[in-house]
Amino acid sequence: MEDNVKKIMHVMRRAPHGSIYTYEGLEMILIMAAYEQDLSIAFIGDGVYALKKNQNTEGISMKGFAKTFMALDGYDVEKLYVDRVSLAERGLTEDDLLVDVELLDSAEIGRRMSEQDVVIHH
Amino acid sequence: MNIGILLKEGPYNHQAADTAYKFAEAAIKKGHTVDAVFLYNDGVINATNLTDPPQDDRNIAARWSNMAKEHGVEILACIAASKRRGITDDIMIEGGSITGLGTLTDIAIRNDRLLTFGD
Repeated sequence: MEDNVKKIMHVMRRAPHGSIYTYEGLEMILIMAAYEQDLSIAFIGDGVYALKKNQNTEGISMKGFAKTFMALDGYDVEKLYVDRVSLAERGLTEDDLLVDVELLDSAEIGRRMSEQDVVIHH
Repeated sequence: MNIGILLKEGPYNHQAADTAYKFAEAAIKKGHTVDAVFLYNDGVINATNLTDPPQDDRNIAARWSNMAKEHGVEILACIAASKRRGITDDIMIEGGSITGLGTLTDIAIRNDRLLTFGD
């Protein structure tokens, strides 16, 4: 079994609403989490908005799913990486995020990306 | 090398479906094994047999179907993504089938590479 554990990184690159990529990406992560692989999620660019506190989707008739990111911990998905520059460029700080994350420089995210067996962008 | 493909865009609207196909075709020609093409997001629309493009255009759905038949490549549409988009067994291309995200995880685990095509 050990040999079959793969390092799989999901890369969130888009705002949570406006397209379905982030939501269906999250659905994929929740299923993969059941397979006991070495999962991580990197939030870069507008992807950092997925973790922002106080989202209200009532006006756009969309189901809010920000809180699902808070549940990832329970699925043993604990490696959440946020690009420091992407966050700062959007006027956000770690305090604006729903979950505990690792703030990393782009180069470090790139380094961890290069260590993966599989990278899936959303 | 054993290769899995994840295709995240629908046909015609985006080049990803063409690039994924061309890649798979080239890989097979080079002697690699393309295990499966997993369709996700709008990618599931690649698997409907209802498309009817003009005669002088490529038929993307038929191309995938032929690849499945000739080279044993599994063409798999995610069930959750398919349900949202009206893709069912009744309109599935020959050689294609509907499956769950667990299958994608298996594809990622059992192949040397998983390549993702999409925006």
